[in-house]
Amino acid sequence: MRAFQILIDGFAISALYALGATGFTLIFGVSGVLNLSHGAIMVAAAVAAWAAASILGVGTYAGALIGVGVALLTAFLTYFAVVKPIQDSRRIPNEEKEIFVLTGTLLWGIMIQELIAYFFTNNAKTVLPIVEGVVDILGVRTPTNEIFTAIVCCLVIALLWLLVNRTRTGKAVLAASMNPRGVTLLGLELTNIYIVVWAIYGILAGIAGVLLGMFLGVSSYSVGPLTASAFSIVVLGGLGSVSGSLIAAFVVGYLETLTAYLVSPAYRTIPALLLLVFVMYIRPQGLLGRR
Amino acid sequence: MNKALSGALRCAFGAAAAGVVLAASNAAFAADPIKIGVIAEAQAIAGASIPQAAQLAADEINAGGGVDGRKIEIIGYDNHSSSADSVRAFQRAVNEDKVNVVIASYISEVVLALEPWASRLKTPFVTPGAASNEISKSVHADYEKNKYTFHGYLTSAALALSVCDGAKDLLVDKMHMKTAVIMSEDAAWTKPLDVGYEECLPKVGLKVLDHIRFSPDTTDFTPIFNKIEGAKPDVIITGISHVGVQPTVQWKNQQVPIPMFGISSQATNETFGKDTNQAAEGVLYQGVSGPGVAVTPKSVPFAENFKKKYGNYPSYAGYTAYDEVYYIADAVKRAGSTDADKLVDALEKTDWEGTIGRVQFYGKDDPFTHSIKYGRGLITGLMLQWQDGKQSAVWPKEVAKVDIKFPSFIKLSN
Repeated sequence: MRAFQILIDGFAISALYALGATGFTLIFGVSGVLNLSHGAIMVAAAVAAWAAASILGVGTYAGALIGVGVALLTAFLTYFAVVKPIQDSRRIPNEEKEIFVLTGTLLWGIMIQELIAYFFTNNAKTVLPIVEGVVDILGVRTPTNEIFTAIVCCLVIALLWLLVNRTRTGKAVLAASMNPRGVTLLGLELTNIYIVVWAIYGILAGIAGVLLGMFLGVSSYSVGPLTASAFSIVVLGGLGSVSGSLIAAFVVGYLETLTAYLVSPAYRTIPALLLLVFVMYIRPQGLLGRR
Repeated sequence: MNKALSGALRCAFGAAAAGVVLAASNAAFAADPIKIGVIAEAQAIAGASIPQAAQLAADEINAGGGVDGRKIEIIGYDNHSSSADSVRAFQRAVNEDKVNVVIASYISEVVLALEPWASRLKTPFVTPGAASNEISKSVHADYEKNKYTFHGYLTSAALALSVCDGAKDLLVDKMHMKTAVIMSEDAAWTKPLDVGYEECLPKVGLKVLDHIRFSPDTTDFTPIFNKIEGAKPDVIITGISHVGVQPTVQWKNQQVPIPMFGISSQATNETFGKDTNQAAEGVLYQGVSGPGVAVTPKSVPFAENFKKKYGNYPSYAGYTAYDEVYYIADAVKRAGSTDADKLVDALEKTDWEGTIGRVQFYGKDDPFTHSIKYGRGLITGLMLQWQDGKQSAVWPKEVAKVDIKFPSFIKLSN
């Protein structure tokens, strides 16, 4: 009974982690940007979905769509207002650009967080689930929304895989992640590829944010922990490796759930962080890292 | 001779001029406003009500002519829920803005950080919403040093008593419940609360089967609820404040069949229903006041005026902050001065009927020195329940408007 509980609960949370981390790792893999405003974009999506549904009363589906739309917009804003100006700047030496992007996105994330807290307070918000109720799986009473979350996460990740591996645009993205100079030599505009990647990222972060808002709820306080959790999953899996992030997401998700059930909910995140430190010692590039 | 004369003249002129300046400054002193610094969490719903309620009280007092002709001036500081920001605000309030009294924060950690500063800067300081026992215990332990701090809200020990008193009448006597699991967040204010719960729940007839403490940054409550369900208690006794929306929504989404009863600070906010998409339905929580609950004749008019002015009902800390401005004004009047030590003496003699009951402070020899007194005829607190999207009082029976009712997924074992 308890084993099933851990299996089911762990799966939903892991799938959500996976979706949240995928976009983060994709951006890094393709454009070398570590986007520290990631958590803020997810929270913005969830709060927008909540506000649209609860304050404006547009309904659950429209609310969720608005949430994803807000994430997409915020992602573009992040790219055009923060990342691109730094990348294009002639005054910042190339070797320092990464650290500028890191700082820039971090500050941008804090700005979004403070704006959310200012307009919507720092109290947690929860998005009304698209499907309500509970079902019995192997004797475990599971919220239907939890199953819905897991299914959507898996579907979106599968779609992303198809997009990257089976379409022309996707292949260009993949190529850019392997050799940006080679792509430009083939006559592809690198900026266009980046825009596509940021669009994909915005949608992924938006869906993850809205689902998180339905499943667990978010507040402006969640910004830091969300960025940190995506960051540690991605580092554990290997920076830039999508499949590594997926595996790492499940490792972290199940480790947390196991700890919460078998040890204490108070120590939930500790073993995963210890594992991260341990992996950094023996395999600094992460589980499937290639850099 | 001439020189001597002119020197004497100069002296005389100087003295006269000084006298004029002194007299002028004395005149100005009489009309000087009484400055109250209000340090609060502007972004948190519980904290946002604090400066608003204080301002409302000041406006009312000023409209009635002030205190012996002196107006009350509220100077607000946003502390971003941070202890460090609060300490800086406190220093600025006292050293630069020259406030006479400070009202600050609903977070115990923040208040415990400010307490030594109230002592160092010798400035009377009242908290409208923190609960930790340590606040008033420190006053008791070193009275001369810490006497400037007043605890204007119930201590965790008193909160536990209030919950147990409510549980006895509502859960044990009426619904014949026998067992409970305590679920509380790991924070300064819940340590004494849990000790209180462990002690008083068995006394009122609820056996404590398990006790789950969790980190305040927990987001997934599934394992916690599953563990609680495994223990098969009749009721979950809560001690939550930093979290609230998330456990409540997950309680509903997972259809945990056990009622929640206890301290749930976020549930005291009017917006809690909307924040949880009405998952709050059926949640029972302790409060000191609530919309439409006439704890005293002042409670309802205050809540309604607050809503008229700010668009929503005040949080629990709004009620206490409002009362605090009034009894501080009363103390200044009785002390006849804003001198810190005289004000402390006057505040100790406070006997003020406010919006949450009759406010008096425990004395120097009581273990919780300078905390507000708990008990019948003073402040007992209430139990309220979210019903049909509204907060309704269910205990004590003098103010109860409705009977307890639960959503359909709650399965009462008796």
